[in-house]
Amino acid sequence: MSVLTRAPETISSPRPLHETAVKGRLKKDEPSSLLLLPALVLYALFVVVPLAVALYLSFTRWDAISDPTWAGFDNWFRILASDSFVNGLMLSVKVVVISWLVQTPISLFIGVFIAGKQRYRAVLATLFFLPLILSSAAVALAFKSILDPNFGLGASLGIPWLRQDWLGDPDLILVIVIFIIAWQFVPFHSLLYQAGVRQIPPSLFEAAELDGANRLQTFVNVTWPQIRNTVVTSSTIMLVGSLTYFDVIFVLTGGVPGFGIRILPVDMYLTGFAANDMGGASVLAMVLVALGLLIASGITSFSGFAKMRSQQEGM
Amino acid sequence: MTLHTSTTSRRIATLAVVAGLTVSIAACSSSSANSTDVTLWGITSDQEEILDPSIADWNTANSDAPIAASYFEGEAYKTKVRTAVGAGAAPTLIYNKGGGVLESYVDAGKVLDLTDSLADVSDRFLPFALEPVTFDGAVYAVPMKAVAPVVIYYNKDVMDSAGVKPPETWDDLLDVVSTLNDAGVAPFALAGGSKWPELMWQEYLVDRIGGPEVFAAILAGEEDAWSHPAVVEANTLIQELVEAGGFAEGFASVTTDSSADAALVYTGKAAMVLQGTWVNSTFRSQAPEFAENSLGYATFPTVDGGIGDPANVVGNPTSYFSVSADASEEQQDVAIDYLKEGLWNEAFVDRLIAANQVPPLAGIDTAIGESEDADFGGLVYELISEAPSFQMSWDQALDPAQAQALLTNLDRLFTLSITPAEFSEAMNSSAAQ
Repeated sequence: MSVLTRAPETISSPRPLHETAVKGRLKKDEPSSLLLLPALVLYALFVVVPLAVALYLSFTRWDAISDPTWAGFDNWFRILASDSFVNGLMLSVKVVVISWLVQTPISLFIGVFIAGKQRYRAVLATLFFLPLILSSAAVALAFKSILDPNFGLGASLGIPWLRQDWLGDPDLILVIVIFIIAWQFVPFHSLLYQAGVRQIPPSLFEAAELDGANRLQTFVNVTWPQIRNTVVTSSTIMLVGSLTYFDVIFVLTGGVPGFGIRILPVDMYLTGFAANDMGGASVLAMVLVALGLLIASGITSFSGFAKMRSQQEGM
Repeated sequence: MTLHTSTTSRRIATLAVVAGLTVSIAACSSSSANSTDVTLWGITSDQEEILDPSIADWNTANSDAPIAASYFEGEAYKTKVRTAVGAGAAPTLIYNKGGGVLESYVDAGKVLDLTDSLADVSDRFLPFALEPVTFDGAVYAVPMKAVAPVVIYYNKDVMDSAGVKPPETWDDLLDVVSTLNDAGVAPFALAGGSKWPELMWQEYLVDRIGGPEVFAAILAGEEDAWSHPAVVEANTLIQELVEAGGFAEGFASVTTDSSADAALVYTGKAAMVLQGTWVNSTFRSQAPEFAENSLGYATFPTVDGGIGDPANVVGNPTSYFSVSADASEEQQDVAIDYLKEGLWNEAFVDRLIAANQVPPLAGIDTAIGESEDADFGGLVYELISEAPSFQMSWDQALDPAQAQALLTNLDRLFTLSITPAEFSEAMNSSAAQ
């Protein structure tokens, strides 16, 4: 089959000549590069400029009121050596890694499940997606009420194991936050996987069926290789997303108890907007940018995603 | 030729699209800042009872110089106003709490020196009320609402059925705590999730043990001031109280934004709470029957061997309005007129007293004695009129960076994550920066 579809392409010759001809014709009709400008302006305005300003601010002392004064590497030494940074970095790594380990299998399972055509799956899929359409602030406020030690679910229903100090115990808070992140974002990643699975040509599944493959074998040999790029996309979003996760944590806890949930973005916000130390907060911001880029480029180069090779070559 | 023209016209069209987009982006960023109206920013909790009627009165009487007020939620306001002041886009009248934040505005030349403009009205206030807004002898703000010292509120029913009275000394307090725990009631409600209610315990204990000089040294930035024995002892007592079960279970996640600490007391789950006077209004609005029959008040207990005067109080002296230095002269004049003549008129004072709030004014004991909630008003007014020292909340007195470090470390102290010695060390190093 593959040989057949490919054949005409290989025959087409003389190739070099044909290609230059096409290129020449294209050049004339190519859209003006000026059309890139709006996107470039927006990108520069909202990404490049703020990044450059933050980099500059990280070398200054600034309280957001008076003018910034040059401080050299003071902020960098001070912040990178502080307890809250070291603690925040470790916590962020924990949140990122555990979130990925928890969310990926669940999303994959739900995504593959709802990609099927069986009965009730559309209804179930709708239910699974509900958390996705709620705003983060609403999610945080709802969980805050549910987990309230005195007036929450545990106290109201009188279920002893639910009556823990979920939000006030520095050891429990991490578990709760990872749970809420998963609750909120598993639907999104399931959606990615569902789309990934649905675009696999049915002929592959049919072929597998004819070959007598069972469900697990079909998954390992057909589904998994076909959604590899979806896994990379989903993982990148997941890892970078949980690295910079902030809103729910802040509304839910305000950054306490103790250092229990003071991950880097929370530390950055409190340093910048509560302590008015914009220089220190900019250092934390630059560290987050570096970590985010490192993770994203690490995944793409490690997985070969950057080569943009089709998964259906030869189909 | 035709081809050439069409290319040119297409290029022009492209440029027009690009230019249009760029202009619309630019338009998003600039808001209308050409209004000459006097603007006022406050927080929502002051809106209905305090400011709206006052501004409505002013606008009726001065239709040529109206004031436009906007209100924000308290926590969000802090960030918003700071950004606006820094960017030179502050409202004419800036709501603030004095202390470290106002001092940073003063240092940057963002607010007006009001010493001369308000010379003839400033003696109406109780002396402590202007302390947090006076820097180098100059006054930079005017009080705009009630005084908020911190006292103990208790549920009489709960205390009676456990057979205890509000504690008068720290030893009493520990006895009361163990009796209440035996009776199955949480002794004190505490909104630890909001952090600053924890500070009230530390402020009172340090004052009772070492007097107001201890914090004065900290505020003055003296080296190792946080290692003062009074601070260490106060923190040790706090941790002993936490370990003795002094605070309602899960206190570290109770927050004030839902008034959960007050709710614990009026639902009888906790016996007492140490809070600012605004909690009295919460009791009255959320549980009127309880406030009428079962709500009691007490001052903070003394500590054996402490040298602080037991009549000292801590809390928020009051909140203030400053006038923006970035406003036009006309705007500033109207704002100052409002502060002098509009704000503290008779109707305003009457409204405050009718709402069971105590204004920071001298010589109003009779008016308060005749008010509906004379018990509480009388206690508060007597407390503040006779207090040798009214210590402003530390997190507002200190500069914002140190205040933030204080709240973080205090939270770690209350959750027993660090020792009193580690607390002092962490605070000393934060103060040194």
